[in-house]
Amino acid sequence: MNRELKRVSALILLMFVALLTSTSIIQVVQVDTLQDDPRNVRTLYESYSTQRGPILVAGQPIAESVPVDDQYKFLRTYPQPDLYSTVTGYLTLGGQPTGIEGALNEQLSGTSNSQFFDQVTRLFTGQEPTGDTVELTIDPAVQQAAFDALGDEQGAVIAVRPSTGEILAMVSKPGFDPNQLSVHDTAAAEQTYESLLGASDQPLQNRAIGGNLNPPGSVFKLLVTAAALESGQYTPDTPFPNPGTFELPGTSSTIRNSEGGLCGGGDTATIATALRLSCNIPFAELGLSLGEQSISEMTTAFGFGKSVDVPMESTPSSYPRGLDQAQLALSAFGQGSVRATPLQMAMVSAGIANGGKVMKPTLVSRVLAPDLSVREQPQPEVFSTPISGDTASTMTQMMVNGVDNGAASNARISGVKVAGKTGTAENGSDDPYTLWFTGFAPADNPEVAVAVVVENGGGLGQTGYGNLVAAPIAQKVMEAVVNR
Amino acid sequence: MTATADATKAPRAGKVKTMRAPLKLRNLELALLLLAWTINLGALALVELGALGTVEPTIILIGLGLSALTLAVHIAMRFVASQADPFILPVATVLNGIGLAGIYRVDVAEGDTGFASVAIRQVMWTSIAIGCAIGVLVLVRNHRILQRYTYIAMFVGVVLLLLPMLPGIGQEISGARVWIGIGPFSFQPGEIAKIALAIFFAGYLVTRRDSLAIVGRKFLGLQLPRLRDLGPILVIWALAMSVIVFQRDLGTALLYFGLFLVMIYVATGRFSWIFIGLVLFGTGAFFASRTLNYVEGRINNWLDAFNPAVYDADGGSYQLVQGLFGLANGGIIGTGLGQGRPDLTPVPQSDYIIATLGEELGLIGVFCILALYLLFVSRGLRIGFAGQDDFGKLLAVGLSFVVALQVFVVIGGVTRVIPLTGLTTPFLAAGGSSLVANWIIAALLLRISDTVRTQPRIVV
Repeated sequence: MNRELKRVSALILLMFVALLTSTSIIQVVQVDTLQDDPRNVRTLYESYSTQRGPILVAGQPIAESVPVDDQYKFLRTYPQPDLYSTVTGYLTLGGQPTGIEGALNEQLSGTSNSQFFDQVTRLFTGQEPTGDTVELTIDPAVQQAAFDALGDEQGAVIAVRPSTGEILAMVSKPGFDPNQLSVHDTAAAEQTYESLLGASDQPLQNRAIGGNLNPPGSVFKLLVTAAALESGQYTPDTPFPNPGTFELPGTSSTIRNSEGGLCGGGDTATIATALRLSCNIPFAELGLSLGEQSISEMTTAFGFGKSVDVPMESTPSSYPRGLDQAQLALSAFGQGSVRATPLQMAMVSAGIANGGKVMKPTLVSRVLAPDLSVREQPQPEVFSTPISGDTASTMTQMMVNGVDNGAASNARISGVKVAGKTGTAENGSDDPYTLWFTGFAPADNPEVAVAVVVENGGGLGQTGYGNLVAAPIAQKVMEAVVNR
Repeated sequence: MTATADATKAPRAGKVKTMRAPLKLRNLELALLLLAWTINLGALALVELGALGTVEPTIILIGLGLSALTLAVHIAMRFVASQADPFILPVATVLNGIGLAGIYRVDVAEGDTGFASVAIRQVMWTSIAIGCAIGVLVLVRNHRILQRYTYIAMFVGVVLLLLPMLPGIGQEISGARVWIGIGPFSFQPGEIAKIALAIFFAGYLVTRRDSLAIVGRKFLGLQLPRLRDLGPILVIWALAMSVIVFQRDLGTALLYFGLFLVMIYVATGRFSWIFIGLVLFGTGAFFASRTLNYVEGRINNWLDAFNPAVYDADGGSYQLVQGLFGLANGGIIGTGLGQGRPDLTPVPQSDYIIATLGEELGLIGVFCILALYLLFVSRGLRIGFAGQDDFGKLLAVGLSFVVALQVFVVIGGVTRVIPLTGLTTPFLAAGGSSLVANWIIAALLLRISDTVRTQPRIVV
C-alpha cells in the first residue's frame, strides 16, 4: 500500500506545483497585461486614493487634489472650471477621465512605468503615493483672451506658437464645470454627467480638436493654394476665367462667389486675388485643373487623416477621395464633404508661419516628480514639412494682403502685420453657416497662429460671415500675444 | 524528532516515557497555536487598520473568540487524543483565521458591520464546526469503530447527496442545486457527504480489495480487472454523472469520483482502475459538455476568458476575469490587508476568497496559504504511511486527498488551470457546511494519528 501512497503523494505535489505555477503566471508574468486591460476598473479606482498631481498653468494649479475626510481621501478640484474645462477635462468616480486628466492619467496618478522606482521606494518608506505634476504650455493671458473673445458663441479657439508647437490657448464652448463631475457623491456626478451628455449643444465635446467636425469653407483655400504653388505649375499670378456664375461639371447646379459678383474686376482673376477676396469660382477652376490627387497629398502632408496626441487624441480632419468633377470643384473651396478641426487649421497657419515646417502641437511643457525634479520635458518636434520656405513666404504675403486689403480685414491689429484667411462654410441648405478664421501674427516674425470656429452661424443664421464673427475673435487672441 | 527519540526507548521505559512524549506533542501544538492566534489577530487588526485606519474592539473579540474555540479543541485533545499530530490543529486554525480576515475585509468594504456581517456568521459556524470536531474526538475513541458503520455511511452519504433534489427543502443558488434550506439557514449536505463516502469507500475497499485486485484480461499492456468487479465503479460513476446532470455541479462530481479513484488505486494497487475511471469520467464529461449548456459555458469561460463576447455573456467569464484582475492587482507582495479592492470581484467571500487574499497578500501570501494546505495534506498522508490497519490508512489517505483535490479544483478554477466549478476553499471560504465538514476531517485525522501513535510498536 505504501508504494501507491507514494504515487498519490507525488500526484498531490504535482497538483500543488500546478497551482504555484498558475498563480505565479497571473501575479508576476501577466500583471501588466491584466492591469492595462480596459475592463480592469481597479487601475482606475486606485488613481483616486493617491494624491494626484496638480495640473499647472504658469505655476498656478488649474486642477489639484485637496485632502478631504472620506474614503477617497482627496477631492479633485478645479479653481477656474469655466476657463480651463476644455484643457483639464474631468475626473469622475467610476468613469474614464478625459482631457489632460485622461491623457496623462498615469503620470498624474503616479502609476506610469517611469515612476516604478518611486513606487518601490514608497513600499519601504511607507510614504503616501503621490502623482506627478503636469505643467502646461497654456499662456493664461491668451487663454483668458480667447475665452472672453469667444463669448457665448458655440465654437472653439486654439492658439499655437508656430516655432515650437506649444498650444497657448484652447477653448471650446459651451464648456462645463468639472467640479460637478469630480464630486464623491456618485449619484450627483452621474446625474450631472447624464445631463451634460444629453444636452443638444454637447458641452462635453472638445470642439478645438474634435466634436462634430465642420466643413472648413474658404480657409481650406490655403491648402489648395499651397498644393498649386508647390506643384511648380502655378504662381500667385496665374489667371483663371472670371465669370459671375459657374456651372459645376456634369450637373445643372451653379455656384457663385460669396459676394455675388465677379472676383475683382476684369475677365480673369489671379490666384492671389481669389485668395485675398476669397472668391469661389477661380478656386473651383483651380481645383479642377490641379486634380484630387494633388490636393489630397497636400492635406495629408499638413496632417489631414491623422490623429494628433496633444496629448489628448484629436479627431482626424478629412479630405474625401474618389470625387467626381462637381465634388472636386466644391472641395477646392472647402465645401462638400471636407471636414477640419480648428487644431488642423491652426497647424496649417503655423506651418506657413514657420517657413513651411509644421511643429507637433502639444499642451505639455513638463512633467515634474513630487520632489520637483523633471521627469519628462518634451522637446519641440517637427510634425511635417509640407511646403518649401519660398512657398511659405509667398503665402504669408498673400495672407497679409487678405487682412490688409481683402476679405479678412477685421483681424487687423494696429502696428502689427497680420496674416489671415476667413471662411464661411455652408452646411445644409437652410442651416446656419460655420464661420472660420485662421492666421498668424506678427507676419514677419510669427509668435502665434490661431484658428477660430464659430458654429450655428454665430446666431446670425445665413447672414453671418467669417470676417464679421470669427476674425475679431482671432484678432483679440493674437493681440493678447503680440501686446504682451 | 523528539517523539522518535522517546519512542525508541519506549519498550523499556514503559508508562513514564509515553506520558512525557504526548505532553511534548501537545506543548508543541500549543506553541504553534499561539503563533496561529497571533497571525489571526494580526490579520484581523490589519484589515481594519488598512481599510478604516482604526482597530475596533469587536474585531479583537472575534479573533479572541476563534482562539478560544481552537484552545478548546487543544484542551479536549490533552484528554482524549493526547498523542495526536501536533500540526493539524494549528494549520486549520490559521487557515480559518486568515479566511475570516478575508471575509471581514469584504464586509468592511461593503459596509456590513456587527451581526449583519458575513464574518460574524462565519465565527458562529466555526463554533458549530469546532463543536462537531470536539464531538468526533470525544465520541470516536478509536477510528476502527467507524469500519462497523461502512454501509450506514454509504446510506448517509447517498441520502445527503440526494437531499437537495427533494422539493421543499432543496434550493437552487446560482444554477447549482446543491443546497438545502431549513428556516433562515442554508446548508450544502454534499460537503458532509464526502466524509461519509470516504468512510464507506475505506470500509468497503478494505473488505473487497483482494477480489478487486484480481487480474482479468490484459489490454494494451494494461492488466484490466475482471468484468464482474466493475460494478462498484459503475455505481459511483453513475452517481457522479447524476450530480452533474441533476444538481449541475461539476466540481462536486469531480471531487467524489476523484476520491473514489484514488482510494481504489491505493487499496488494490491496480493502475487500471484509474485508467478505467478516467475514461468513464472523460466520456461522461465530454457528453455533458456537448449537451449541457452550463458545462459548455464553463469550458468556454476557461479557454477564452478574455474574448469580449464570452466576457459579456450571461454566466460568462466576467467573474473569472475580475478575479484575475484582483490577483494581478496584488502582484508579488500584495496591496496589503485592507488596501485592495477585493469587493469588485463577485462572490469575494466564498468562491473567490483566494482572489481576495491573493490581491491583498500577493503571490507571497498565496504561496503561504498553499504551503499550509500542503502541510495539512502531508500530515494526513504521513498518518496514512504510518498506519497499521488498512482501514485507517485508506481513510487517512482519502480524507487528505479530498482536501487536496478540493483546493486544486477551486484555486485551479480561479487561476485557469481547469474550468471553474463551484466548490469552497477548505477552511478559508465563507460557508457553514464547508467549515463543519473540514473541521470534522481535521478531527478524524487527529483521531487516526492518535490511534496510530498509541500502538506500542509504532514510530511516527
